[in-house]
Amino acid sequence: MAINWFKYSSPTTFYGLAGKMIPWFAVSAAILFAIGLYIGFVVAPVDAQQGEFYRIIFIHVPASMMSMFLYMVMAAYAALGLVFNTRLSGMMASALAPTGALFTLISLWTGALWGKPMWGAWWMWDARMTSELILLFLYLGFIALHASIDDSRRADRAAALLAIVGSVNVPIIYFSVKWWNTLHQGATIKFTGTSMQIAMQQAMFTMLLACWLYSIAVVLARVRSIILSRERNTAWINELPEVKQ
Amino acid sequence: MKPRHKRFVFIAVALAAVAVAVGLVLYALRGNVNLYFTPTQVFNNEAPKGRSFRIGGLVEKGSLKREKDGLTVHFVITDTHKSIPVVYTGILPDLFKEGKGVVAQGEVQANGVMRAEEVLAKHDENYMPPEATDALNKAKAANAADAAAAASNGSAAVPVIK
Repeated sequence: MAINWFKYSSPTTFYGLAGKMIPWFAVSAAILFAIGLYIGFVVAPVDAQQGEFYRIIFIHVPASMMSMFLYMVMAAYAALGLVFNTRLSGMMASALAPTGALFTLISLWTGALWGKPMWGAWWMWDARMTSELILLFLYLGFIALHASIDDSRRADRAAALLAIVGSVNVPIIYFSVKWWNTLHQGATIKFTGTSMQIAMQQAMFTMLLACWLYSIAVVLARVRSIILSRERNTAWINELPEVKQ
Repeated sequence: MKPRHKRFVFIAVALAAVAVAVGLVLYALRGNVNLYFTPTQVFNNEAPKGRSFRIGGLVEKGSLKREKDGLTVHFVITDTHKSIPVVYTGILPDLFKEGKGVVAQGEVQANGVMRAEEVLAKHDENYMPPEATDALNKAKAANAADAAAAASNGSAAVPVIK
């Protein structure tokens, strides 16, 4: 017997499911952040060229990866919403956007803090940095466009189109260091292997996993709020113990 | 075709069209998107003349010379095929080193020397502790010594122009 996946696309079912999942993701994110920061700042050795400064990768790289990955997830939900006309997809896309924008901002900010001592410049209009800045504008544009339309279902559709069109930018960010001459160095993590010492890798991947879990927890919490506010006139919301009191 | 299949095809076609459009724009702009020119491109006259632009490459080993004022440095940027000498007055970034990546912005003068206004270091994508690099360098040095026992210049000191 096939599982009825559409059951979970109903906000009513998903609201309860998300509520049960949030604590697990939040707690494991906190634990992994602690482990990742410990390995990154205590166990991992200094870098031969950059000394202690390189440690910013433990924030910078996971944040950059999440900024791109969350955009693709957001665009996928947006497309799902357009194709299947499901309400929850648009809500998920709206819930993902602020977290994605936050990670993009962290990525740009830590990159600037890293660039000044290492390269000698806070900012350069090179392909990698410019395309990442465009990603931030896409996130902000998505949020702004969604907020500017009163009817939330119409807002979902308009913003979804922006999200899908903008997804073209993500491969550009990823391959920018390969396609053009940039100040930003090439990829460290490649399919052919990673040119990084093992404790550094462990710290970075632990932080990446922590960022994943954090994102899931925060997005689920946000989508619950969105469900509450959008479905506030429905009977099932008014029956909820936390609403009823 | 159900309506949702129609919508899916519409989105797929729209996305493909946008991707092709962006691809063509980037292809047309490919020269402008690059942050710097390589010395080979400069020799092939691909770099702009009479205005400031950036050259990127490696600092040629043994080319770094410091003038007596302590601030003016001379070095050569190479892409291992062609090289361009650079003169710069100012503070170099910490990662600036012979044999490492560099991006210099300035104007190439009539004598073929670039007078740089800004020098940026470009680091590579490898992260390893100093001991590992030492081991690598030792292995490299041993290989070099095996290959040509006579050609051994291990001095790391920067020569001073009198």
